[in-house]
Amino acid sequence: MLMDFWKVTDINHGMILITLICTSVIHIPKLMKAPIFIYYQLDNYYQNHRRYVKSRSDRQLLHGLKHHDLSSCAPEDFNHGLPVVPCGLIAWSLFNDTYSFFRGIDEMKVNRKNIAWKSDRDHKFDKQVYPFNFQNGTLSGGAHLDPKIPLSDQEDLIVWMRTSALPTFRKLYGRIEEDLDADDIITVKLLNNYNTYSFTGSKKLVLSTSSWLGGHNNFLGMACISVGVSFIFVAFVFMLIHVKNPRPYGDTTNLSWNWKPMSG
Amino acid sequence: MTGPGRKGIRFSRLYSFSCFKSSFRDEHGQIGQKGYSRVVYCNDPDNPEQLVLRYRSNYVSTTKYNAFNFIPKSLFEQFRRVANIYFLVVACVSFSPLAPYTASSILAPLIVVIGATMGKEAVEDWRRRKQDIEANNRKVQAYDRNHNFQDTRWKKLRVGDLVKVYKDEYFPADLLLLSSSYEDGICYVETTNLDGETNLKVKHALDVTSSLQEENSFQHFKAIIKCEDPNEDLYTFVGTLYYDGQQYPLSLQQLLVRDSKLRNTEYVYGVVVFTGHETKVMQNATDPPSKRSKIERKMDKIIYLLFSMLILVSFVGSFFFGITTKNDIVDGKLKRWYLRPDRTTVFYDPKRSALAAFFHFLTGLMLYGYLIPISLYVSIEIVKVLQSIFINQDQDMYYEEMDKPAHARTSNLNEELGQVDTLLSDKTGTLTCNSMDFVKCSIAGVAYGRGMTEVERALAKRKGDASDFGITSSDIQMSGDDSVPSGNQLKPFLRSIKKLVKSHMKLSHLMKLRLSFLQGNLALNSLKTQTSISLHELDHMSGRKIDRSYTLLHILEFSSARKRMSVIVKNDENQLLLLCKGADSVMFERLSEDVPDFVSTTMDHIKRYAEAGLRTLVAAYRELSEEEFKSWEEEFLEAQTSVSADRDALVDAAADKIERDLILLGATAVEDKLQKGVPECIDKLANAGIKVWVITGDKMETAINIGLQVQALQIKSKKEKHQLSSSEGSSVSFGLIIDGKSLSFALSKNLENSFLDLAINCASVICCRSTPKQKALVTRLVKKGTGRTTLAIGDGANDVGMLQEADIGVGISGVEGMQAAMSSDFAIAQFRFLERLLLVHGHWCYRRIALMICYFFYKNIAFGFTLFWFETHASFSGQPAYNDWYMSFYNVFFTSLPVIALGVFDQDVSARLCLKYPMLYLEGVHDILFSWPRILGWMLNGILSSMIIFFFTTSSVIHQAFRQDGQVLDFEVLGVMMYTCVVWTVNCQMAISINYFTWIQHFFIWGSIAFWYAFLVMYGAISPIISTTAYQVLVEACAPSPFYWLATLLIVVSTLLPYFMYRAFQTEFNPMIHDIIQRRRLESSEEEEASVELFFQHKEKIASVKEKLREQETLLSK
Repeated sequence: MLMDFWKVTDINHGMILITLICTSVIHIPKLMKAPIFIYYQLDNYYQNHRRYVKSRSDRQLLHGLKHHDLSSCAPEDFNHGLPVVPCGLIAWSLFNDTYSFFRGIDEMKVNRKNIAWKSDRDHKFDKQVYPFNFQNGTLSGGAHLDPKIPLSDQEDLIVWMRTSALPTFRKLYGRIEEDLDADDIITVKLLNNYNTYSFTGSKKLVLSTSSWLGGHNNFLGMACISVGVSFIFVAFVFMLIHVKNPRPYGDTTNLSWNWKPMSG
Repeated sequence: MTGPGRKGIRFSRLYSFSCFKSSFRDEHGQIGQKGYSRVVYCNDPDNPEQLVLRYRSNYVSTTKYNAFNFIPKSLFEQFRRVANIYFLVVACVSFSPLAPYTASSILAPLIVVIGATMGKEAVEDWRRRKQDIEANNRKVQAYDRNHNFQDTRWKKLRVGDLVKVYKDEYFPADLLLLSSSYEDGICYVETTNLDGETNLKVKHALDVTSSLQEENSFQHFKAIIKCEDPNEDLYTFVGTLYYDGQQYPLSLQQLLVRDSKLRNTEYVYGVVVFTGHETKVMQNATDPPSKRSKIERKMDKIIYLLFSMLILVSFVGSFFFGITTKNDIVDGKLKRWYLRPDRTTVFYDPKRSALAAFFHFLTGLMLYGYLIPISLYVSIEIVKVLQSIFINQDQDMYYEEMDKPAHARTSNLNEELGQVDTLLSDKTGTLTCNSMDFVKCSIAGVAYGRGMTEVERALAKRKGDASDFGITSSDIQMSGDDSVPSGNQLKPFLRSIKKLVKSHMKLSHLMKLRLSFLQGNLALNSLKTQTSISLHELDHMSGRKIDRSYTLLHILEFSSARKRMSVIVKNDENQLLLLCKGADSVMFERLSEDVPDFVSTTMDHIKRYAEAGLRTLVAAYRELSEEEFKSWEEEFLEAQTSVSADRDALVDAAADKIERDLILLGATAVEDKLQKGVPECIDKLANAGIKVWVITGDKMETAINIGLQVQALQIKSKKEKHQLSSSEGSSVSFGLIIDGKSLSFALSKNLENSFLDLAINCASVICCRSTPKQKALVTRLVKKGTGRTTLAIGDGANDVGMLQEADIGVGISGVEGMQAAMSSDFAIAQFRFLERLLLVHGHWCYRRIALMICYFFYKNIAFGFTLFWFETHASFSGQPAYNDWYMSFYNVFFTSLPVIALGVFDQDVSARLCLKYPMLYLEGVHDILFSWPRILGWMLNGILSSMIIFFFTTSSVIHQAFRQDGQVLDFEVLGVMMYTCVVWTVNCQMAISINYFTWIQHFFIWGSIAFWYAFLVMYGAISPIISTTAYQVLVEACAPSPFYWLATLLIVVSTLLPYFMYRAFQTEFNPMIHDIIQRRRLESSEEEEASVELFFQHKEKIASVKEKLREQETLLSK
């Protein structure tokens, strides 16, 4: 139920990657029970843009180099005449900030396994397909991938490639599998690699627990209460009107053939 | 006629025509000219000259398509609809990279929709084809080269073939009668298939050919027929037979028309004159003008509105897309670098943003195409066909006595039945039974018959007279012979008068045998089919009963222009008598100068009879001298045998010459009883706000009285006889009565508007003495002038024009034949069924179609706009929020069946209550359920629903995890969530909009929702290559999340609330008529309701049983 929310200072940099290491301190106000989910949040980032969404090849993710038709991936389909695996803009722009968490001086263990959907890992990204010729172009977009790890184990990539619905979105980074007590101080060290400056986007880091309904969520409750209140109000108005002007129901005697239509 | 070589043949043929023309310029002037150029070489179809003419074979095809042109032609028919063209263009463009989704997902619904319609066409056409095959392969005996009559298939017949047709067989083509099994060459023909008349018609062969009775006598039979070209007129035929060097005129009397049947004659021989599509009946087979309902025309406007909405939305989208795309590179710096705007195609190129925006506009047109409901037309067609089945199957519109159910001949106009504003009705046969009962007569100024007619009774009832109704109209009291005044000049003729009366009585029985086609009066009819009649009559001189016989010499036929008919007979004493009967208006003009003194009394009687609602006929006679007859006969025969277009005029003129100086005998009056339930029905229709106009050919007095009787005229309404200046605006409701002559003035260009103004301010209008053409003109005037829906109802051939002119034509398939029913849109057996047809079926169909169309637009707007809201959050890039196949199945599977169930089954109140509260019908007359505010209201509801669904879904779940395992909402899950809400909302909206639930509705509505989940599971189980974003999305991501289910529930409820609130407000504070009635039904206890319903059912049954018993009694007593 509890959700903690810290804003990391926005870091601006150009396309030439200058890695900036910075630290931030988080104060835990309440007890947070494990598992605690770590998300990164991007704003004003159109992962749902038609060009972006279509720029992938599901067949390549399953069959690797055996699949040759990469037309949907242009312009990130070939580099130096060789196909790129995984191809397309989505993979190319893979998020590459990294975070590490310290309680006191001990680095906390962050579990970065099982953050992607199981069906994606098992059926959309094949165990036999390895990254190839990735980020070898003149312009490197985002993270590099270890060519020795098959795609099905590259969970960051899998999470990233499950495109977001809206321009503001969170993606799962990992889990902290120990409780955080109230008043704990957590130090975050982050490598700020990813460029959000050019499109005036922002990045946030979020630690959150979840309940049976998922994350902490006010809107639905608020919406329902306000709808309910407004309808009670309307019912009240109806009642007033009725008390003031009672009308007999089902009175067919007033129906006459030269009745004139009312509007509506 | 012979010439060397082919060219010669042609020239000689032309030459022969010119020869022919010169010698017969007067009478046969038309033959050989344009329109009269057909040449038939009898019994010589292989004649080279016949072959040159290349007349068509007897093969008949009534199908719209054949195997080769079916696909292109039916496709062409389909794409004449604007919406279908749009979808076709979209489907074509969808193969380009412009398309927001895959081509197959666009093509699939289009193929389903077009395929369904084409399938329907194919089935209909196949039925027609089967009939054709059956007809083409029927066998007939044709004369072959070996001089034998051999079985031949119909389709093999050629022009000029000799055929032999046996009793009860159909004629395979239009034949020229040569001879029959009777010596005098007559035969009897039944033409039910052509005009619905059940009486037999006599055809005469020419005397010269009637002797050809033996098969071998045809061995050397050679003749040439020259006649008119094929035409559609069933009642004319002009030709000349060249036989044995002589010429003989041919008329309709010798023509046996295809599709009629040989009756009471062993066999006939004939020559094929017209074949296949050139036969009269095929030439007649044109489609009736197709009518479209008002709702459908309005629907087109809504589609145009939606198209403009589509263009607007696409334009807005492409405008913003252009701007954002242009801003992707500013001063050479990449903004949204992850889209690689530096290396892109033209569709996303920031340097050519205007072009990109234009292409995006096209993409938008495809993406928001869901605003246009692709399945609307096909759904409406299916629904209307099913509605027609309901009309056809309605037990309460089934006429047991004639075994005739109601028949919706077109399904286009079902909902129009619910909007009728003006009812234009014929009188005879429509309001009345068209079975004439002889009730009164006036002979030589003395009135006979004391029975009271229905009209008199109704009038007496109105006046409050409690007179006894003991005497029924069938009790004709023939007072004794003594009471007849024996005026001097009458004496010699009294016999014939009595004879006329008696034979008339006799004929009223004969009438039932339908031997005559007229309403039948006097001896004339019995003379028609025989050449002589003998009557058993009382000799006045001797007082003994003797038999007399009369020989028929000529019949001067009835026509509506002449309004009379005559026979010329010769009695035993060689006296020549002309007996004439006709309408009083023409008959009194033709009486001789020295009128008998009872003329004015007879006129008085006629007036009284007319006021009593009877149909009157005046009978007169004339003695002819031998010389006069001889000279006239010559002229008449000449006219009759003339072969020209104005033959009828000539015959009429000849008849006119002898039908003068008549001596009045008297008048007869027959009662045409009102059909059962007519006054009640008209009363109900008037209560439903329908204006009733009666248009009839009857006399004014008859018309007024019938009008009073059927309550079309209120007794209070001041009679205002064709005075065109009226005092309007008074509180008295007026009735307008106008006769044919005044009508012809009133319908002139400069007066018709003021006439219409006057007429629509009157409560009821009666037009009497009107011609068929005037009927149609009045109908057109009302239709065009008021812009309201008109319904014309009639039963005879003279009503056809009216029926086709009106918005809806209802034919009574009654006694006068099928012609009206054949050209109508709906055929019913009795006038009173109109009540149920309009108030129940019309009202329901109107409601259903109106709601169905509104709902269609609602559901497509609700869906289409969620796409647009998503675009606003996807920088208008044209990315659809849903998986391609969710979208293409939206119209086809997830929302289509409930709306069809709505269109077929929904009813606001039961049929009994529809009839009990006829004012319910006003909702249709005033077009309340399909008014623009209502349509726009539904559209607004759609937009509102889409907004609530989109913004509630996104706001409620965005950012946060939606599951316990911390997974966040992504593109795939959002699509499923929104789509789930859309499917639930539109189906639940349906559930709260309809008034009538059966298991079918439940099955379709909840089934559609269930099918969505089933579809997700199935589609999600397919390989991710195909299912892409839908892979395992329900099973893995959504279903295990309680949030998904909870959000669906809350969002759907919130989406439905605005409509629910509106309905609550409206039924509480501003109820519509059906709301009031529904409420009343709810409040009255249900048992009472049931018992009332049962009571009504039983009452009807008991009544029908009683009636049957009574009929049997009368039969027994006879």
